[in-house]
Amino acid sequence: MSSREKILQQVKANKPPMSPLPTQTTFASIPPEERLTAFIKSNENAGGIVCLVPDVAIIGNYLKVNFTSPERILNTVQGVGFGLEADAPITDGRAFGNLEIAVVESLLGVAENGAAWVTEDNLPTRVLPFICEHLALVIHADNIVGTMHEAYAALNVAATGYGTFIAGPSRTADIEQSLVIGAHGPKRMHVFIVQPF
Amino acid sequence: MSKAHNSVPDHAEAAAKFLQDQERANWHDKALWFNRQKRDVSANLIPDWELLRETASQIKDNVLANLDEYLVQFEQNALQNGIHVHWAADAAEHNEIVLQIIQEHGVGKLVKSKSMLTEECHLNEFLATQGIDIIDTDLGERIVQLAKEPPSHIVLPSIHKRKEEVGELFHQHLGTEKGASDPAYLTEAARVHLREKFLTADIAITGVNFAIAETGGFVVCTNEGNADMGVHLAKVHIACMGIEKIIPKAEHLGVFLRLLARSATGQPITTYSSHFHRPRAGQEMHLVLVDNGRSAHLGRKDFYNSLKCIRCGACINTCPVYRRSGGHSYHYAISGPIGAILAPNRDMREYADLPFASTLCGSCSNVCPVKIDIHNQLYQWRQVLAAEDYVPKTKKDGIQVMAKVLSSPTLYRVAGKSGRLMMRLLPGLANNKALNPWARQREMPQPPKETFRDWYKKNRPKDE
Repeated sequence: MSSREKILQQVKANKPPMSPLPTQTTFASIPPEERLTAFIKSNENAGGIVCLVPDVAIIGNYLKVNFTSPERILNTVQGVGFGLEADAPITDGRAFGNLEIAVVESLLGVAENGAAWVTEDNLPTRVLPFICEHLALVIHADNIVGTMHEAYAALNVAATGYGTFIAGPSRTADIEQSLVIGAHGPKRMHVFIVQPF
Repeated sequence: MSKAHNSVPDHAEAAAKFLQDQERANWHDKALWFNRQKRDVSANLIPDWELLRETASQIKDNVLANLDEYLVQFEQNALQNGIHVHWAADAAEHNEIVLQIIQEHGVGKLVKSKSMLTEECHLNEFLATQGIDIIDTDLGERIVQLAKEPPSHIVLPSIHKRKEEVGELFHQHLGTEKGASDPAYLTEAARVHLREKFLTADIAITGVNFAIAETGGFVVCTNEGNADMGVHLAKVHIACMGIEKIIPKAEHLGVFLRLLARSATGQPITTYSSHFHRPRAGQEMHLVLVDNGRSAHLGRKDFYNSLKCIRCGACINTCPVYRRSGGHSYHYAISGPIGAILAPNRDMREYADLPFASTLCGSCSNVCPVKIDIHNQLYQWRQVLAAEDYVPKTKKDGIQVMAKVLSSPTLYRVAGKSGRLMMRLLPGLANNKALNPWARQREMPQPPKETFRDWYKKNRPKDE
């Protein structure tokens, strides 16, 4: 008998009595008019720098003023207009070993924790938002939901081969519980929230 | 003849050793309690916290009651997603499967993010016997790996180390400045050191936080980004998980991800919660489903619900015994209260001491996000271990005498009287720290002149 059969057989023989899935599926949320403020607060608590912008082109101006050279930036969001652009998928992420800034679009934000959903459909390669030194996410204010429950109701996580919630720059507190921002992923993170005036 | 083990490490002995360094023990206690407090602040901000715990508990109950079906469903969907699925009956088979995948790809360089399962299976040690090096990439795990120690906490692997010790380790292994102990400086050094490992790794191993039956995908949570850095650069991803990590549907992630990080560190969510459903173009993705005693554990009526654990570490942070004894005193991959109820399922003889490493205060059960009755199980394990004769003779005899005395009013009175007399005449005997283990950390009380019973006899109203 294979291990598979052996395990399944023993699980079947030993499993506890039937217990139904919970039926309650609604949880308190954050009212729509408070979500933007809540998202900003949660993301800042997680170490993000949040900027409200009226349109995507303003992000390009911001990057130009702050980072001067377009070679430092890989931009994957249409309309930003500053930085290098990746026009084809990149098979080997190691090409980005020395990349300073990546501009990436997030399709959904979560107010309760400041997390933003990023999928490979919006990335030239999966490692991009991790390997860059500084991540800039772009998200539309309308795409901010209240809680994780609403996030999963709005998403089909299996529709993409890879997707991740990102809440702030990478961090660790493994040395004496001292919080250090910048572990293996980005050391800094901007979130540009596009909200037409 | 007791079947109790005399040669294995004993929690009480190891704890006494840990406590010899008072300053460190106090620091450890406070650091863990700080985490517990952050958890409280975070939990209190969620009006539905108790409803979330109850929901999570019910989902996990449902998972365990249908585990075979969910496993088959998960496998089917994962295969359709292009993930290679392997089944391992025990630790040895898990290690062999991983070894075989590594060998098929011509060995090469390996990185691993945090996985308590691979700790449980002693994967690193096994691969070392095959001449294969593996680099742990979580900062805390890298620290203990360099120190040649196991993690002392499931979420904070190096919580027992002071920054000066980390500085010395990094000085020796990574060439940081002698005497430097600033956490930011040391973290930056580890980042540079591990970045090179990520960029050259051929195979990346990760654990799994949740695997979704409905979609055949899995979720890995980190703060450092090390799991993602590893797998997105390597040609091969091997994810290892215990069979109990299955959840039925993707929507259930909403419940668990809200609870996990808040319970662990007080963060509302980990920095990265990555959902893997298909390998990237040109990558190979493997998933190893490991039993290693879990299917047998499932059949233990009083103990199976400890398989609901999502490895947040909240019970560990709150435990007054863990905080003052350190994770290594539990001599098992998972320390603290949850480790103390999981370990005896693996080996009663080896881990007979662990369910006694508790005050049964119940704080662990109060913070558990999936409502495992941890303190009840600690208590029940004691009964099982005594019935099966795994308790040392001195402890067993003592408890039997006490049971006899407490169940007989006459004996109780005689024992009380003689005890008080002894304490008055020979106070040194009760306070002798060699003879009376209870007195080791305590001053014995002054014996009262009379008992309540004697006082009541004298003072009760005459008409009664």
